[in-house]
Amino acid sequence: MTETLDLSMFVEHGAAGASHMTLAVEGVACAGCIRKIENGLTKLPGIIDARINFTQRRLAVDWRDAEIDAASIIKAIEGIGYQAHPFAPERVEADDSAQAKWLLKCLAVAGFAAMNVMLLSISVWAGNVSDMTQETRDLFHWLSALIALPAAAYAGQPFFRSALRALRTRQLNMDVPISLGVVLALALSVFETATHAAHAYFDSAIMLLFFLLCGRYLDLAMRRKTRVFAGNLASLKAEFAHRLDMTGELTRVPVAALHPGDRVLVRPGERIPADGAILSGTSEIDESLVTGETVPRAVGGGTTVYAGSINASGALTMRVTAAGAGTLVEEVERLLDKAVAAKSQTVRLADRAAQFYAPVVHATAALTAVGWLIAGASLHDSIVIAIAVLIITCPCALALAIPAVQVVAAGSLFRAGVILNGGSAIERLAEADTVVFDKTGTLTLPDPGVDETTYIDTDVLERAARLALSSRHPLAAALARRARERIAYPGAVEEPGQGVRALIDGEEARLGSAKFCGFAEQQEPAAARGSDASFISFAQAGKTATIAIRQVLRPDAVAVTKALMARGLHLIVLSGDRPAAVAPVANALGISDWRAGLKPAEKIAVIDELQSQGRRVLMVGDGLNDAPALAAAHVSLSPVTAAHLTQAHADALFLGDHLKPVLRAIVVARRARSLMKQNLALAVIYNMLAVPIAIAGLVTPLIAAVAMSGSSMLVTLNALRARLGADEDLAQTADNHPRSPDLIRGRTSGEEEAFSSVPLPQPAAKAARRPLVEDISA
Amino acid sequence: MNVLIYLVPMALLLGLTGLVGFLWSLKSGQYDDLDGAAVRILPDDDIDN
Repeated sequence: MTETLDLSMFVEHGAAGASHMTLAVEGVACAGCIRKIENGLTKLPGIIDARINFTQRRLAVDWRDAEIDAASIIKAIEGIGYQAHPFAPERVEADDSAQAKWLLKCLAVAGFAAMNVMLLSISVWAGNVSDMTQETRDLFHWLSALIALPAAAYAGQPFFRSALRALRTRQLNMDVPISLGVVLALALSVFETATHAAHAYFDSAIMLLFFLLCGRYLDLAMRRKTRVFAGNLASLKAEFAHRLDMTGELTRVPVAALHPGDRVLVRPGERIPADGAILSGTSEIDESLVTGETVPRAVGGGTTVYAGSINASGALTMRVTAAGAGTLVEEVERLLDKAVAAKSQTVRLADRAAQFYAPVVHATAALTAVGWLIAGASLHDSIVIAIAVLIITCPCALALAIPAVQVVAAGSLFRAGVILNGGSAIERLAEADTVVFDKTGTLTLPDPGVDETTYIDTDVLERAARLALSSRHPLAAALARRARERIAYPGAVEEPGQGVRALIDGEEARLGSAKFCGFAEQQEPAAARGSDASFISFAQAGKTATIAIRQVLRPDAVAVTKALMARGLHLIVLSGDRPAAVAPVANALGISDWRAGLKPAEKIAVIDELQSQGRRVLMVGDGLNDAPALAAAHVSLSPVTAAHLTQAHADALFLGDHLKPVLRAIVVARRARSLMKQNLALAVIYNMLAVPIAIAGLVTPLIAAVAMSGSSMLVTLNALRARLGADEDLAQTADNHPRSPDLIRGRTSGEEEAFSSVPLPQPAAKAARRPLVEDISA
Repeated sequence: MNVLIYLVPMALLLGLTGLVGFLWSLKSGQYDDLDGAAVRILPDDDIDN
């Protein structure tokens, strides 16, 4: 059956029939790949331009509508040997990119000014102790003013704006003392220059801006990098639905383009693309991503179904509906609104420090002026000394202390496969003392797997697994992942709802239900009896086997939970699944505190109760039913396979089949927090040493410059230790953790793995994973 | 010290040239794909085989 592919939502139409589209491309690892794709595409008729951004692993294509369309471009890229996924750029990303450019411009201006002013300042400092004339010094000071004033007005904007914003809401942030310090230092310097004084602080003011802008830019660059990566992941995961037109014709459309009222066909093995009601067909659906329940539910005409469920057996036609009153989605959204509103804005460490720091600094400066006046100094001298106090305490080190650690820690987390949604998550992760896990898809793998406890002959298992490659049934997909040779048997026939048969070595082999394989009754392996496993039967010329398929724990779940408990964290399992399914998991992990059969509201209630006892809860969950709990918890993590709504409310996502990133996130965050505190302490010690000198009136511009750059470098170097420690740790556990993204260092092998570890919608995964490597080397 | 009259403007002019050069390269998108620039020099596609 031919089916048209509708990609119109990703295409931007330009002038004169030209169009533009951005695609995330998998497997671009070297210069050869770039050339192959770009040359291969530009050779096609109608392509105006194709350009790969290797840093972002994205391809931008421009073409003329009359000659070629989006779907054939994707097909052409597939023909070259790569998988491309259309990409709808997000607003945030565009904003970030503009912001980064602006910061870089400010940084360039501040850097230019700092260098040139320092050139003049060093001449003055040298001249002051030798034979510089008053006229030359004044000329140099005026030149400095000429450079520094416009440069500070331009490059200081990020701080001035943020300080004004904070003051308007009657709050203090770190930018308030920074802005005040810069403005006062400049004003004082102009006054001193006009009165032919020996000292001016132009260099201090502009150097301060330069250092702080470096910190700001690095912080933003890190956030952009993770956001780009997350955007690529999202487009790789983006699913397509089969929309039925009025005439009964099928169109493949991206799920995001579905509207309420659309009719959609869901074939066996596919995910239900949107919430809606079944119009026709009967089937069983696996709702583990929605409710955590692992036993399939029978559905038929009129049943309400939710996005994310997997259709197991029969083809279904459904109508997309908006979330109606009384449905699960509506309840989840209502709870979400409440949880988000109730969540108190946690005050970040940096802002807390600023709220304490700014009044103290300003009071000290004021007291200094008063003190000198009482001691008999002139008004001018008193004010000059007070401003010198403000300059020397201007929180250069303090303002770098926390962002520098954050940048380094976010980089470590990124390499460990944890993608942060926001900056404050690191601090909140470090505070967590209780970890609440969801079971299905979080402690267990998102897809069921072959039960390892029952013994099956390896040759039989391999045949059954290869046979399963030809089936669309979810159970078969679980079995198919075990196939070593990933080539389907030629001539394999799937009989819907029953099984697959094929000739292997001249004899017919069957895989499917017990009846289909000719068994009199279901033969359950003794070890799996009474559990929640499902069974697939295999028969070929007297060789028979019954394979148990069930939810399996993530491979390192036991080790990780043990390590978490060893770090003093209290673990709890809250599941929407039945007690009979939760108990064995909790027992295997040694978690005594577990509850089963919980509704979304009950999960929130448990978390609220824990938090009212003063506990800081880290919630780890993936289901739609976990979304409100994730929003209510102090901090939250989601596996990348989680439901869309859930991902949106998690503070961070983790990649891969392992649970290790959860442990890693906590370890890195705790180390980062202790480094932040160390850095704050360093900044305080610096002030305790420098402030008395300033109060005594002994600060010259030279001392200010040395103190400022020295303290900034000290905290930055200390922040780098976050990386040293974390990456050492990572190297030790490298074997357990083969799928970390290595985008940051530009190492491509790791990244390729990261991309391929993204679970693609079945059955596309089978097709997508196989040919990638061979085709590239061919 | 009359030498300053043309040395200082020259120093500033050189600095400004650098600044303008940076802003131009930023505007023309040369920092958009740093990793790409590093690998794009490798293929010898300008040499006829």
